[in-house]
Amino acid sequence: MSSVVDKVWAALEPLTDPEIPVVTLRELGILREVRETPAGIEVVITPTYSGCPAMGQIEDDVRASLAQAGIEARVITQLAPAWTTDWMSDEAKEKLRAYGIAPPHQTRKDVSVVKFMRRPVEQAVACPQCGSTHTVVTSEFGSTACKALYKCLDCQEPFDYFKPY
Amino acid sequence: MSTPIDYLLHLADNAVVLGQRNAEWCGHGPILEEDMALANVSLDLIGQARLLYQRAAELMGGDASEDKLAYFRGPHEFRNYTLLELPHHGALVGYAAADRDYATTIVRNFLYSALMVHVWDGLQQSADASLAAIAAKSLKETSYHLHHSRDWLVRMGDGTEESHARAQAAVNHLMPYTEEFWTTSPAEGAAVAAKVAIDVWALRPAWDALVNDALEQATLTRPNFHGYVTEGKIGLHSEHLSYLLGEMQGLARAHPGATW
Ligand SMILES: [Zn+2]
Repeated sequence: MSSVVDKVWAALEPLTDPEIPVVTLRELGILREVRETPAGIEVVITPTYSGCPAMGQIEDDVRASLAQAGIEARVITQLAPAWTTDWMSDEAKEKLRAYGIAPPHQTRKDVSVVKFMRRPVEQAVACPQCGSTHTVVTSEFGSTACKALYKCLDCQEPFDYFKPY
Repeated sequence: MSTPIDYLLHLADNAVVLGQRNAEWCGHGPILEEDMALANVSLDLIGQARLLYQRAAELMGGDASEDKLAYFRGPHEFRNYTLLELPHHGALVGYAAADRDYATTIVRNFLYSALMVHVWDGLQQSADASLAAIAAKSLKETSYHLHHSRDWLVRMGDGTEESHARAQAAVNHLMPYTEEFWTTSPAEGAAVAAKVAIDVWALRPAWDALVNDALEQATLTRPNFHGYVTEGKIGLHSEHLSYLLGEMQGLARAHPGATW
């Protein structure tokens, strides 16, 4: 890796998700790649949900950080391969839990038409407060599209679950 | 063969029209959780529409843009299914927020997302790589829309006498509009020939199975269909689309190029 690429990664490392400020864009898998091309440096980001209102802010943050570090680079938004919560690092998942958001389970790989028939049986989601798996879903959509709203039946606390995507 | 623009617009218009329609619940939801759920579903749909309009604009070249496609085309240029522009209630009632019927909203979301999970799944193999990438994302989102609407369909159908009656009325009202899914428009035919799209007709058995299974669990009956098959996807719409677009496009047309 060239030193300029290292420098870009270092400049972007402090950037966190605008809505979940405990995890970085790198840890979330939104910041995909920094590469040197004949046309200059390119920073590749990928959107989470198609309609995620944070993406505009994220792109602005990336540009501002690059400008502040005096780096000239193009920011490229790339759709494929589609972002998945499976890219989230274990440390990011642990940070989410500590922040009060239950981290996502692995996505299901059994891609077949049959899967659409009925809701797949979901793994129990552990309460980020007390660790109990005695929890129920309150709503499929929480404060943002990427989260579902759950309730812990042991400690009675409501909490967000970062849905597998 | 290249990607037919009209096919991309069909997919994009479906998403933007239903996204705009469902956004009417924002601030008016029957309960807070559903207010937020519908707003999030709308964000997903409008996000999908943006990606599709961007792809269409890229292929059109010149000064085409996602905003021009969304805000500066008239109703006859929209290629969405008629089903998606209908108000949130049965025939012959007004537009007031108080008249909105959540069963209609849920049944429509269910019927549409039950189709789109299969469409997006198939489009992941589209010859248009950009469309395939959009499909891969949209599939994940639509799966959640399907879970959400199916859960409520069962809860309403197999609920109280009132909720059952309203869910059944919504099914009776909306099901005939789904016949439009199974006709082939010139844009769809061209997209299938170019290997950009899959033949929707081939998805019908899977859609039927999904719908029948959910209706059965919801203790609802599926009405027999006879009559007129709507043609929104070739630009022949109901009167409702103009009002919807009037609200959606008004700001952009009053203040062209405005940013905030
Ligand atoms: Zn707990």
